Amino acid sequence: MAKAAARTKAAAASPSVERRPALAGRALSAPGVKVEILPPAERISLRAPQASLAALSKALGVTLPVKPKTSATKDGRTALWLGPDEWLIIDETGKDPLADCAKVTALHSAVGISHRNVAISVTGPVAAATVNSGCPQDLSLEAFPVGAASRTILGKSEAVLLRTAADAFRVECWRSFSDYVFTLLSEAASDAAN
Amino acid sequence: MLLIRCPYCEEERPELEFRNAGEAHIARSANIDAESDDDFEKFFFIRANPKGVIYERWRHIHGCARFFNAVRDTVTDKFVMTYKAGEPKPAKLPGASK
Repeated sequence: MAKAAARTKAAAASPSVERRPALAGRALSAPGVKVEILPPAERISLRAPQASLAALSKALGVTLPVKPKTSATKDGRTALWLGPDEWLIIDETGKDPLADCAKVTALHSAVGISHRNVAISVTGPVAAATVNSGCPQDLSLEAFPVGAASRTILGKSEAVLLRTAADAFRVECWRSFSDYVFTLLSEAASDAAN
Repeated sequence: MLLIRCPYCEEERPELEFRNAGEAHIARSANIDAESDDDFEKFFFIRANPKGVIYERWRHIHGCARFFNAVRDTVTDKFVMTYKAGEPKPAKLPGASK
């Protein structure tokens, strides 16, 4: 279904171009955890100084978080704190955050990275154990509560984690690493419940 | 695994997220043309390499991607403290006797 949606969208943009999301539709269920590829989303990498945050937050419709390891979500758009002046914006409704940033005159740098990343959802009671198989961070609810977001390492790949619920993670990795990350999480999933 | 406190993330993170970036507080001359060869050699190649407390640059490369400074003991591998890049060398180290 994700694939079909992406195709329709790409076809609308240009009839000769077909967009093929990496690993579309792949999913794995194991006792206590489910790993699946999420549909394509619009993403930007945003760098901005403190003085521009108010204007950018207004244009994007979501308040950019300034506290480390946090995120903010509004109307299907999530802003993840990655560094003191760096955010990852993910829009799952198909609206382009890049276009919203283009209207802002305050100093900032916004780069479209929609198709650089692939998102994988890890859900279920042992989701944290599954992600922890490759990620050395403390993912207990006290240290990594719902809404927490962090760039970190997952096996040999860099990844951005977002905890969407107590038992659900969104793992964002680079497209070329997605096969590795998905396989790693799948292997971990079959072990996690034990 | 070592836990290193990132002064930007304001918490301890596993060492796998970090990368060492050499000795800290090495100032580049404002007028590098005027440097003598000896001075340039000292600036470019010569490092303290002490046995004991060392001031280093570290980068939270798989995290906030920021460079910061750390005080580490090369004998015990213990991190004494970390502080943001650009801040002066701490006058007094926590736990130091003098």
